[in-house]
Amino acid sequence: MMTNYNRRVTQGQFSFLPDLTDTQITAQLEYALGKGWAIGIEYTDDPHPRNTYWEMFGNPMFDLRDAAGILMEINNCRKTFPSHYIRVTAFDATRGVESPTMSYIVNRPKNEPGFGLVRQEVDSRAIRYTIHSYATDKSEGERY
Amino acid sequence: MDDAKTVDLQAIVRDSNVTEVLDQLDRELVGLAPVKRRIREIAAYLAVTRARKSLGLEAAPPSLHMCFTGNPGTGKTTVALRMAEILHRLGYVRKGHVVSVTRDDLVGQYIGHTAPKTKEVLKKAMGGVLFIDEAYYLYRPENERDYGQESIEILLQVMENNRDDLVVILAGYKDRMNTFFSSNPGMSSRIAHHIDFPDYSQPELLSIAGRMVDAMNYRFDAEAEAAMGRYIGRRLTQPNFANARSVRNALDRARLRQANRLFAGIGQGQPHVTADALSTLSASDILASRVFDTPDSADPT
Repeated sequence: MMTNYNRRVTQGQFSFLPDLTDTQITAQLEYALGKGWAIGIEYTDDPHPRNTYWEMFGNPMFDLRDAAGILMEINNCRKTFPSHYIRVTAFDATRGVESPTMSYIVNRPKNEPGFGLVRQEVDSRAIRYTIHSYATDKSEGERY
Repeated sequence: MDDAKTVDLQAIVRDSNVTEVLDQLDRELVGLAPVKRRIREIAAYLAVTRARKSLGLEAAPPSLHMCFTGNPGTGKTTVALRMAEILHRLGYVRKGHVVSVTRDDLVGQYIGHTAPKTKEVLKKAMGGVLFIDEAYYLYRPENERDYGQESIEILLQVMENNRDDLVVILAGYKDRMNTFFSSNPGMSSRIAHHIDFPDYSQPELLSIAGRMVDAMNYRFDAEAEAAMGRYIGRRLTQPNFANARSVRNALDRARLRQANRLFAGIGQGQPHVTADALSTLSASDILASRVFDTPDSADPT
């Protein structure tokens, strides 16, 4: 998760594979719809792995029957944020589950600088390690 | 292109089971001859388009948006449901569900509310049929700031760009739909099929009543059927007659009166009722209607 293998952020499902085509995304969406999961589209320009909550693009989509509408919305989001990370999440609203069941990236910036390891010297010369996204050195909206 | 190549048109029709739906339509819907003919034509056209496609005779996907005009209760919604089934079987819509909406579901209440609302509905209808009842309400010429126009524009855009994702069916009264189309030429030109639903005649309505009664597991006794015929004859001439819907309402009221009659029977020493009595509508249940209050010279009673 924290590596920058092939200069690509690997978060969520399918992230070690080449980017999904629209046909493949549609197939994944159909799978989720078939299970009765609600699908949401989220975007961010801060790819830090602990940045769990991304911005939602529109409302989560309940009660849909076909993937075409979601793909339309994904394309809208790509048009609005062409160089942000965009991911699709499926949410299972079954009582007792109520949690995301799928999450995969459908859009990523052309150039992903990745993460650096930051060493912080604390008391007694102990070292604390953390990772830092090079992209977030710039301000929001100018990162990619 | 090899002109001698053949394709089994019959196999396409057979595999899609479309004749089954068409026959069901013929069987279950009374009257509506022009509508049924038109739907057969559309089904044939779609089957031929598929045959052409299998031979590589590519053409732009057919425009399937439709407009159903007719008076209330003439079966527009019912036919729309069947249409979705036909389109689904022939593979023109992927899921074949019908999303039925009116102005309220599409048009928002303040600036910026309409577009997301309309888009939401369109997304739900993707892969199926979007049925817009009383579509003429979308356009309100008397208020130039009405948000209906915005909704129409989004609809037009999706009708054009996502032609293979959804089919839009507009429905409404004929004259008001004509006004609607004349003020929205873009809408009119994107709708290929205009289907007009004729009013039912009296015998057709009686036959519909018979089917409804069957479906509700009731039956008419001999006099009740004649009474229903007379009821329909009188109701036809009254204002606000809504064809099959009025018949349904009349039957619901007759069931109410029948229940009341059986209930009253308890007090008169008839505590036990047979299944037969429970499911029989008698003439008195129908003749108690307000329709018979005014004397009518055309009626022989």
